[in-house]
Amino acid sequence: MTYLPKPKLHRRDAPVNSLGYTRADYEGAVSTLCAGCGHDSISAAIVQACFDLDIQPHRVAKLSGIGCSSKTPDYFLGASHGFNSVHGRMPSVMTGANLANRDLIYLGVSGDGDSASIGLGQFAHVMRRGVNMTYIVENNGVYGLTKGQFSATADKGSQSKRGVVNSDSAIDLVSLALELGATYVGRSFSGDKEQLVPLIKGALLHRGAAFIDVLSPCVTFNNHAGSTKSFDYVREHNEAVNRIDVIMPHQSITTAYPPGSLREVVQHDGSVLRLRKLAEDYDPTNHLNAVTHLQQGHAKGELLTGLLYIDSSAEDLHVHLNTVDSPLNRLAERELCPGNATLTALNASLR
Amino acid sequence: MKPTDIGAPEYFHKVVDCQWACPAHTPVPEYIRLIAAGRYSDAYMVNWNSNVFPGILGRTCDRPCEPACRRGRVDEEPVAICRLKRVAADNKEDITDRLPKPVAKKNGKRVALIGAGPSSLTVARDLLPLGYHVDIFDGDSRGGGMMRSQIPKFRLPESVIDEEVGYILGMGVETHFNQRINSIKNVLGKGYDAIFVGTGAPRGRDLDLPGRKEAAAHIHLGIDWLSNVAFGHIDKIAKRVIVLGGGNTAMDCCRSSRRLGGEDVRVVVRSGFDEMKASPWEKEDAQHEGIPIINFHVPKEFLHQDGKLTGMVFEVVKAEYDAKGRRNLVPSGEADVTMECDAVLIAVGQENAFPWIERDIGMEFDKWGLPVLNEKTMQSTIPNVFFGGDSAFGPKNIIWAVAHGHEAALSIDRFCKGLDVKARPGPAVDIVSQKMGIHEWSYDNYISEEQRKRVPLKPLELALANIKVEVELGFDAKLGFAEAQRCLNCDVQTVFAPKLCIECDSCVDICPTECINFTIDGEEVELRSRLKAPAKNLDQAIYVAGNLKTGRVMVKDEDVCLHCGLCAERCPTGAWDMQKVLIQIAHAGAGGGK
Repeated sequence: MTYLPKPKLHRRDAPVNSLGYTRADYEGAVSTLCAGCGHDSISAAIVQACFDLDIQPHRVAKLSGIGCSSKTPDYFLGASHGFNSVHGRMPSVMTGANLANRDLIYLGVSGDGDSASIGLGQFAHVMRRGVNMTYIVENNGVYGLTKGQFSATADKGSQSKRGVVNSDSAIDLVSLALELGATYVGRSFSGDKEQLVPLIKGALLHRGAAFIDVLSPCVTFNNHAGSTKSFDYVREHNEAVNRIDVIMPHQSITTAYPPGSLREVVQHDGSVLRLRKLAEDYDPTNHLNAVTHLQQGHAKGELLTGLLYIDSSAEDLHVHLNTVDSPLNRLAERELCPGNATLTALNASLR
Repeated sequence: MKPTDIGAPEYFHKVVDCQWACPAHTPVPEYIRLIAAGRYSDAYMVNWNSNVFPGILGRTCDRPCEPACRRGRVDEEPVAICRLKRVAADNKEDITDRLPKPVAKKNGKRVALIGAGPSSLTVARDLLPLGYHVDIFDGDSRGGGMMRSQIPKFRLPESVIDEEVGYILGMGVETHFNQRINSIKNVLGKGYDAIFVGTGAPRGRDLDLPGRKEAAAHIHLGIDWLSNVAFGHIDKIAKRVIVLGGGNTAMDCCRSSRRLGGEDVRVVVRSGFDEMKASPWEKEDAQHEGIPIINFHVPKEFLHQDGKLTGMVFEVVKAEYDAKGRRNLVPSGEADVTMECDAVLIAVGQENAFPWIERDIGMEFDKWGLPVLNEKTMQSTIPNVFFGGDSAFGPKNIIWAVAHGHEAALSIDRFCKGLDVKARPGPAVDIVSQKMGIHEWSYDNYISEEQRKRVPLKPLELALANIKVEVELGFDAKLGFAEAQRCLNCDVQTVFAPKLCIECDSCVDICPTECINFTIDGEEVELRSRLKAPAKNLDQAIYVAGNLKTGRVMVKDEDVCLHCGLCAERCPTGAWDMQKVLIQIAHAGAGGGK
């Protein structure tokens, strides 16, 4: 970490987006995480994604639980709404917030401890309900805040910094999210922003439950030779199934790719996800195909990354519940109280 | 592209923009840190070693360092480097015991310096500690040259000149004042091992216009008039004064006139206001004293009656640019303008003049009447005669004169030792890591958000009442500290060790000016274009280091790096380090040689 506030001097020719904001306008306070933490790269990727999408910072609500990862919302989108919830309970707070005001963009940031251990139940239900959100797990396989014990996502057989071998089976949050009904599922790596940034952009634009598992090495406790969540291990075993470009409805498509190598998925808002195929016969719109590939990759010791599954026709919680279009927190007495005459009529109809 | 060779002294030197731009290559950030630490005497000595006249330059320098200052590229204004120098000079303790003492054992070589201005004094200072016998000749009664004769005392008090010229004369120069050299042949005949010519550009350009002769009693050449003022021969001027010319001499003339009785003083210049040669701050100072600057007026005629000047006629012009972007002043078609006046000061340029150098001694001159010199060694076509200051390449400024003096002294030393004059020793380079702890550095890496401080001035009515009253009061300790903290410490370099890097991107993410990138290698032009923030300033290098595990390269755009050290603080493996590079240009005696 550093004690200094971030310098306020910036380059004069810093790129600006269509709102006139620079990337620095999407940043937050200076990080207090360990130097080199993968989580800081994910924060930077979120900054980049929001900058690229011309998102107004005050239209975003960022929510988190407890842990190193859950501290990070302080380090990006300093002008957004935020809620740092009880350990593992971020999904229910996010569900409630989303129900109250469907107009905001919801971004949940959690860790492997917060989501796969104490909050596993909450994780399951927020996925199956299809809350319209982007849910990012910053996955480092250890409890960094308590000095590096194995977390529930640590692979069986991997070693801790002190040489202890993990004997428990790992929870794969990607498989779980797929099983539970998430409609946008991806996996990426904090050290690969070229893949991570478009994946976050696609998730922010997706309607429904979008989940991204981001491998984020813990430089202090889990970046050694026996680890399966280290920079070196992830780089060696990373098998990207595709690369995506996110194209907004108002943008024109300029780059061309050979026929057959490209697949375009149109999302509900008209944005286009252009998927450049890297793995043969991988079809991210086919649930069964995605699950099979994941299992096969797992058996071969590969870490499949990229956009693993997408259902562009997904519907979210509000559709399921048939709520009104206007956010519930804006419904005043006039809309909520139909008046004495209506009540009398209703009562009469029941007599 | 080829990985950057950070071992080459020029690489990091160029990153220190101010030091690179300074003709004498003063280690600017080094002395600014000392000022911030209140170590004024140490700051003074860092300056003295490089630029010889810190107190004088801290008031009068042309400051090429300031337009170069990196802060000017990320903030509204650069650091007030020049006036910080004065802070060191004003607040230092007695430093005489730190100066070189007269050398008891001489080396037997004798050198003659003609003219006692800044370049000659620099040569003297560099050669005396090496045991040379130095004779200095000047037509005036005291040393200092144009610093004393042409810069008005309200900008540069006499006491400062006396002090800093005195330091050098006190090192054991043999002075021959009130002796104008009228023949170089005489000097050549005296058996000196080397002769240095530092006689300045003493001839003011005149304007041969109708009425010039008839009204001669009221028309003066700017530099001659200034030196008459400086030596007390002139102490008043008429009420209505026109100053012709747009350089710093014109600014000195008009401001002096305001103090000697001029009430309606105006500057009239041929060119546009923005193209005037005067430094922007000198124009500001003149305007602050109520002097209008009238541009695009070309002098046409002096009006006179019975030998008395009554006014001047000007043609009004406008600027036109041709296809090559060259400016031409063409008549605007407006009627000529007549301005009434009682006196005119002509400050339209000055020239070199060498009537005392016989043309049959074998010295070559070019078509402009300037001696043919080697630009690096300052050596003329007579091997033991060297030039410097304004007499070398025409009028420049004090800091260039000092730089010439250093180079000439180095040449003279090598020449007298029988070494190749053209072989120049490189600079002394000292690199020290600033790391003290995990996030502690031995320099203050906090980036100040303060705006540039204004130098406090004497109230106008007091300043205009006496030509000897210094206008600028200088920064006090508090303002000086605040201004010093604006320095970005560009000499504390970001040094990258590819072998230690794990490519975690922490440095990329924290960098406040988006300088750092990890990307696929490419040719420079193409590489510059696809950085996170494209490196568009081609004057500034990009730092490329390869051999990373993923096969990528680290590319850092040096242009707007704040040297805040956050990349190094966020680096988990110490692949980035902040290392202070102190570069000192070779002076006489450096680089060995017997």
